[in-house]
Amino acid sequence: MAKRKTVAAAISAADAGEAPAGLEAGASVGLFVTCLVDLFRPSVGFAAVKLVEDQGGQVGVPKGQTCCGQPAFNSGDRATAREIAKQVIAAFEAYDHVVVPSGSCGGMIKTHYPELLADDPQWAPRADALSAKTHELVSFLYDVAGVRDCQARFDGTVTYHDSCSGLRELGIKRQPRHLLESAGVNIAEMKDSEVCCGFGGTFCVKYPDLSNAMVSKKAANIAATGAGTLLAGDMGCLMNMAGKLKREGIDIEVRHIAEILAGMTDEPAIAGSPDDHERDL
Amino acid sequence: MQITSPAFKANARQAMADADLQRALGNVERGFIEKRAKAVAKMPEFEELRDSARDIKNHTLAYLDLYLEAYETRVTEAGGKVHWAADAAEARNIILDICKSVEARRVTKGKSMISEEIELNPALEAAGHEVVETDLGEYIIQLRGEHPSHIIAPAVHVNKDQVEADFRRVHTNLPADRNLDEPETLLAEARGILREKFLSADVGITGANFLVAETGTSIIVTNEGNGDLTQILPRIHVVIASLEKIVPTLEDVSQILRVLARSATGQEFSVYTTLSTGPKHPGDPDGPEEYHVVLLDNGRSAMLGSEFEEMLRCIRCGACMNHCPVYHAVGGHAYGWVYPGPMGSVLTPSLVGVDKGGQLPNASTFCGRCESVCPMRIPLPKMMRHWREREFERHLSPATVRWGLGAWAFAAKRPRLYQFVTGLAARGMALAARNKGRFGWLPLAGGWTKYRDLPAPQGQTFQQMWAKRSRRA
Repeated sequence: MAKRKTVAAAISAADAGEAPAGLEAGASVGLFVTCLVDLFRPSVGFAAVKLVEDQGGQVGVPKGQTCCGQPAFNSGDRATAREIAKQVIAAFEAYDHVVVPSGSCGGMIKTHYPELLADDPQWAPRADALSAKTHELVSFLYDVAGVRDCQARFDGTVTYHDSCSGLRELGIKRQPRHLLESAGVNIAEMKDSEVCCGFGGTFCVKYPDLSNAMVSKKAANIAATGAGTLLAGDMGCLMNMAGKLKREGIDIEVRHIAEILAGMTDEPAIAGSPDDHERDL
Repeated sequence: MQITSPAFKANARQAMADADLQRALGNVERGFIEKRAKAVAKMPEFEELRDSARDIKNHTLAYLDLYLEAYETRVTEAGGKVHWAADAAEARNIILDICKSVEARRVTKGKSMISEEIELNPALEAAGHEVVETDLGEYIIQLRGEHPSHIIAPAVHVNKDQVEADFRRVHTNLPADRNLDEPETLLAEARGILREKFLSADVGITGANFLVAETGTSIIVTNEGNGDLTQILPRIHVVIASLEKIVPTLEDVSQILRVLARSATGQEFSVYTTLSTGPKHPGDPDGPEEYHVVLLDNGRSAMLGSEFEEMLRCIRCGACMNHCPVYHAVGGHAYGWVYPGPMGSVLTPSLVGVDKGGQLPNASTFCGRCESVCPMRIPLPKMMRHWREREFERHLSPATVRWGLGAWAFAAKRPRLYQFVTGLAARGMALAARNKGRFGWLPLAGGWTKYRDLPAPQGQTFQQMWAKRSRRA
């Protein structure tokens, strides 16, 4: 409860126009890359690095990280989830801040690690300490570093999907929209942007038919906006939506919001090919 | 009722292929959500009321035994009788005995999910009693020989034209050219049929939204008035309720009522909120001669003190299922037992066992929309996760899942091995995808690629590229 209020308080302070002072000089920032960015789309990681460095953060990427442990946690394997949580805590606790380009993994570290380790007197305080300084990337830029004007420019109409964990566990809703608008982006809101895309981690392969029903509705809502680009803050949702849009033959570029905010859109879009890019040129 | 929760996947596939059902489900996805949002927007203190409602129930559950005993004392003082039923069979037998004692021919019923849970209707019919459901939705599904697919809108899976066809099929004594095109004319027709049933019933059975310990009162919340006629006109009124329906005082009830209708239907208040305390008292113009309360446990007391205790705060508003994208896709019957949607996914394994109900808490993306609208702030995703933990502990999860998870966990706990393997995978997959940027098919990824393409990796992992950048620096 206390945590929910903190997020809400931060958001209402931001609503009142009080931008945080900014990052303290020379602050060290650990990048929790996330397993999907690491394997599928490293360019998102480099976009995150650029965005944090632009704010004066000294970025470090600990080698001791693999995954946040969510696959184990949500499959009922609490013991493995706890071991991985401890591994992440040990790898990141020396940094001033921890930044995660995913609301889902960010929510895991911020809200679920303290709950997972609450009964462990050794680790509970360490989990709480890490939770307090861990932030999803866009929330970090807006709520911690106080960014209000994005340096990059992007001409075009985008539609933005609110990923579930970022929205409901971390209160991320207006921050991405504010930053996108400051970059000159026109946002065409889709119907039901707050409804799950049907990814759900292992859900999408355990219940492919259900997942398909959900992502089909999502794809139709995305297509109906007429936007040229779909953005979100989570690779899982993005890969699910991009894969569906491609399969349906709907021609929309799908990217992680960090790519736009960092002005790093040279790489082909998610599920797009270098050939697509040449064709555009 | 035959429990089909273990076949959830097959049920879901069937539901998604059912055109009539899909047509009906569109109403849930729009209507309920918009109405709730409007009602909540008009009430600035709604979030505080949710906190208050949660606190009232938490307090009640902490002293449940005391409040239940106080309730029984008050009911007895008011001239009623409380019957304690440990399980469904006991509850059925108590009600059958009551009906037998007056040689009841006709039994009318208000809407009650507990009656579904204990499978009361087939038992009453087998004993020779005529059972008449008087809630319009319940009446419709009784005609159709179905079970409720939603806890407050039992016939939400049925379209208007289907109801019209059912009425024309069953109400054969009425003129064939009657107008049944509008909800109002359908309602008028059902009302005409039901009036004579109300007047000739021997026993009326209702559920309860609340039982008040302070006064021994049972409360039902309805929109049609059928509940009042069910409980006032027959000689005997039987209330069937599960024991967590207890609330300490009338003041507490009025607090919780402020979130109930808003969460359920977006109404500020239901059309009828009916309080009944004991049988007809001297001087009362009407009311039953006997008043019975059957208090059902059926697995609930075992939830106290467990990680599922918070589920006992549920006031059955239906907001969780109204907002659930899985419920929107498959409707209520696919869940395979009495309670559908997120609340059903937590409650079903609690009441029938995780070996039978285990599919339900797995069929969730943990999107959290249910918890975000629950008026009692029940952490539904967290409790579904607890069921997955119980399954995992008991080795009930499928072998392929356990094996895959084990292999993944082995690597995830060894960062150097993990980075070696992902480095190979990134390169191998990127090569295999050539320049297409995606896969239409990939071995072992059939669950993904059946319906969507799989984006291909860019070629190197972030860790590999970061190591190179660091070496350059």
